[in-house]
Amino acid sequence: MSPALIEARALSVDVPAGRFAFAKARPLAILAGVSLAIRPGEIVCMVGESGSGKTTFGRALLGLVKPSGGEILLDGTPLPDFSQRSFRTIRSQTSLLFQDPLSSFNPRQRIGAMIAEPRRIAGMGSARLEDIAGLAQQAGLSDRFLSRFPHALSGGQARRAAVARALSVVPRLIVADEPTAGLDVSIQGGVLNLFLDIRERHDTAFLMITHNLSVVRHIADHIVILYLGRMVESGPAAEILSAPKHPYTKALLEAEPIPDPARRRTAPPVLGEVPSIAARPSGCEFHTRCPFVQPRCRSEAPGLDDSAEGRRVACHFPLPEPRPAAAHSLRTVSN
Amino acid sequence: MTAPVLDLRGLSVNYGGVFPAVIGVDLAVRPGEIVGIIGESGSGKSTLAHAALGLLPKVARVSGDRFMLAGNDMLTADRKTLASLRGPAAAMIFQNPMTAFSPVHTLGRQLRDLLWRDRHQTKAQKRERIVKALRDVGIPDPAGKLDAYPFQLSGGMLQRVAIAATLLMRPSLLIADEPTTALDVTMEAQILHLMRTLRDEAGVAILVISHHLGMIAEICDRVAVMYAGRIIEEGPVEAIFRSPGHPYTQALLDCEPALILPGIGRLPVIAGEVPRPGGRGCDFAGRCRHAEERCRCGAAPWQALRADPGHHARCHRSAS
Amino acid sequence: MATDVASIPAPPIAGEPGIPRRMALTFVEVVSHPLGAIGVLLVALIVLTALMAPVIVPYNPTAISVKERLADPSLTHLLGTDQLGRDLLSRVIVGTRTAMTVALTSLAVALAIALPLGMIAGYGPRWLDALFILLFDSISSLPMIMLGLAVVVLLGPGVSTVILVIVLYSVPSYARLVRTQTLSLKTRDFIKAEQAMNAGTMRILFRHVLPNVVGPLLILACLDISTVITLEAGLSFLGLGVKPQIPSWGNILSDGFSVIRNSPVPVIAGGVPLILATIGFTFFGEALRDALDPRLNPERKP
Repeated sequence: MSPALIEARALSVDVPAGRFAFAKARPLAILAGVSLAIRPGEIVCMVGESGSGKTTFGRALLGLVKPSGGEILLDGTPLPDFSQRSFRTIRSQTSLLFQDPLSSFNPRQRIGAMIAEPRRIAGMGSARLEDIAGLAQQAGLSDRFLSRFPHALSGGQARRAAVARALSVVPRLIVADEPTAGLDVSIQGGVLNLFLDIRERHDTAFLMITHNLSVVRHIADHIVILYLGRMVESGPAAEILSAPKHPYTKALLEAEPIPDPARRRTAPPVLGEVPSIAARPSGCEFHTRCPFVQPRCRSEAPGLDDSAEGRRVACHFPLPEPRPAAAHSLRTVSN
Repeated sequence: MTAPVLDLRGLSVNYGGVFPAVIGVDLAVRPGEIVGIIGESGSGKSTLAHAALGLLPKVARVSGDRFMLAGNDMLTADRKTLASLRGPAAAMIFQNPMTAFSPVHTLGRQLRDLLWRDRHQTKAQKRERIVKALRDVGIPDPAGKLDAYPFQLSGGMLQRVAIAATLLMRPSLLIADEPTTALDVTMEAQILHLMRTLRDEAGVAILVISHHLGMIAEICDRVAVMYAGRIIEEGPVEAIFRSPGHPYTQALLDCEPALILPGIGRLPVIAGEVPRPGGRGCDFAGRCRHAEERCRCGAAPWQALRADPGHHARCHRSAS
Repeated sequence: MATDVASIPAPPIAGEPGIPRRMALTFVEVVSHPLGAIGVLLVALIVLTALMAPVIVPYNPTAISVKERLADPSLTHLLGTDQLGRDLLSRVIVGTRTAMTVALTSLAVALAIALPLGMIAGYGPRWLDALFILLFDSISSLPMIMLGLAVVVLLGPGVSTVILVIVLYSVPSYARLVRTQTLSLKTRDFIKAEQAMNAGTMRILFRHVLPNVVGPLLILACLDISTVITLEAGLSFLGLGVKPQIPSWGNILSDGFSVIRNSPVPVIAGGVPLILATIGFTFFGEALRDALDPRLNPERKP
């Protein structure tokens, strides 16, 4: 197996609890020790409900949110500290796609200038118009948009412009936050195809942060499920999707409505909602919503079991493999 | 057959007299029915939903042969009548529950304000009704939530409160504009379940606007597909998903990632963009795989499809 | 053939307004506002008068003519003369020039100081922000007149002293506006995007924060011109501002006040332009704010 391009070890992010410095509240953990390695050319999907810390993890990798603990390794070398200076090497090789692409553009700059921005920052001389048009074309954006201001673009066009900017300095890793959110079904596929093309051409790795499991199915090599800032399950995409071991993963998979009126569900799979990080439940933090809860779950927190090859799960009573008949011949799209 | 709650015949909406957004829409929603409208952004589905409530800005001109909401003629109604119909006749829940409430008042106060029409009721009676409505939508500790401010609740909880608010007004028609887009999948499943229960128990008719096929398939009885301001296909939900009659509907279903078997490599897309409404010929001709000469020249006729009763499509090919 | 992206020409694409077109659009909107039209008219009148002052003055505004002192308005002296026989119309015209010089210079200097200070306070480390805020608050807690008196005592009266007082007085409020805007921009995604692209602090501040704070700041400054003109007049009236022999609206008022029992004309001659300038710049600034605020003006953004 190739060595990891970037690796997080027990990465944590805290926010101060009180408004005032003298309020002696314990800081709240948005991200509580998540470990994850991303290899070149690998597409890792991070899935969880809002408040699971998935967006924070993506931003912490780039130092946009300051980690409060843990370690980040780039090509096997740990960052000396979490200062802005240390993150420069990671940032120079990484592109970040924001959930709302429109908001990630300066409203007073033209799209062409924004696409050229990473090259200018990297000091790669003046970016030539032809090169910028080429980047836009790679992202499937017509060059007539280059002289427009961001607000004149539709959601799909803005997404493509953001991808063009991400490609401006060939990144080794693209962190994409909900890249298909707000897009019509008819163009979602286009964005995902673009990712696959980029991966093929540059061996770029992707960390895709999403809650859309139907999309994950087609693109992920590896899936990580977060709950309240902790990893509850991770493993190869095909295995997670066909045989989830954590009840939460199973619940997420079952919550996704199937676009087939013949396969309607009668009752909602998970009840209740995500607890607040200010009042984390005791024991296993999912026990308040788990349909399989046992007394032990309420008192004792399960560790992350990584005995199985490449597969990790944090549950006292992992779900058994489904009957062979139910297991689809799911294969990832990696080729 | 009972009279429809919402009955549209040839309804058109035009912005500023030059830009058509909805063209000649026929649609009926009967009591106790859940009707879905699907379409891409720019298809006019939100305009249609807002028109049904008389919520369009002044520059929008609504015209048509028939526009009845709960027995009231909306075409001749003035602004005051329109306002009096919002609530008792129809109510709306919005995409983002976070912005649907005022941030500076408690939820209890905002819900009580909705009951201003019931002047004969005392404060205590109103409070009781509100608590019951909140309990009905599955909110834990409903009495305690009366003193809460919107920011203290999660998005899913607020969407429940929004639904409770509509329940309080006992509308004949509930219009839901992308009601789960801003929510997590787990919460979406719960809200859909709740909307279905509402229909079953209170007999409310529901009009759901969405671009999310999974959600439409999950709760709707009938589905209308909108494209460039027109309804291009309408029928029972099973028929639409099993044997779509319009190439556009087929293309939408082909693009839905949840319906595609993994491992196909590249995902399908519909190339091109939704054209401006009101063009010559079939609006989809420019993106349609099967487009012929006649599609570009003449508007396609509205045809009944033989296989399923009540299934219609606007396509030259289904005509022959 | 290497065309630089930054120099992409104003777009030839229809429907996408370029900078000159947007300015024209803004102008049309300002003028189409009834109060805005009045504002533009008054501002144009004042600025033209100030620019053309040396050409259009009928007399030397400082030439004393004891024989003609306190003459009533007539065809030879349209506004009459003051207690030293100086032509009042000429004094008002040159006073306009003084007022505009003081107002524009002091505001330009104040903006030039406030922009970087505010951006550093908003974008820099917390302790620096706290320090700047303390500084701004202590300056603006001093009463204006005390501040003026102190500076005049130290430096003596004069145009540059007035400008200094005005700069000292207005920097804190501008800097605080810049700081607030910067703070809110700092959390916006496009600034985060710049950080993720490894952009340096200077690049973020000057290429991305600055263009987004300058707009509201200019509008505030425009609304402030009237305050500044009044301030100058006030200081001059108290004898703390422009030297008495230099024509300024405040000096005209101050001189006129002493002879108000003999003739009200000098007070009116000094007061009316002051009122017109105040109204003009206020209306202009408000119309400009309305025209540039996308929330009040939904049609401009599709």
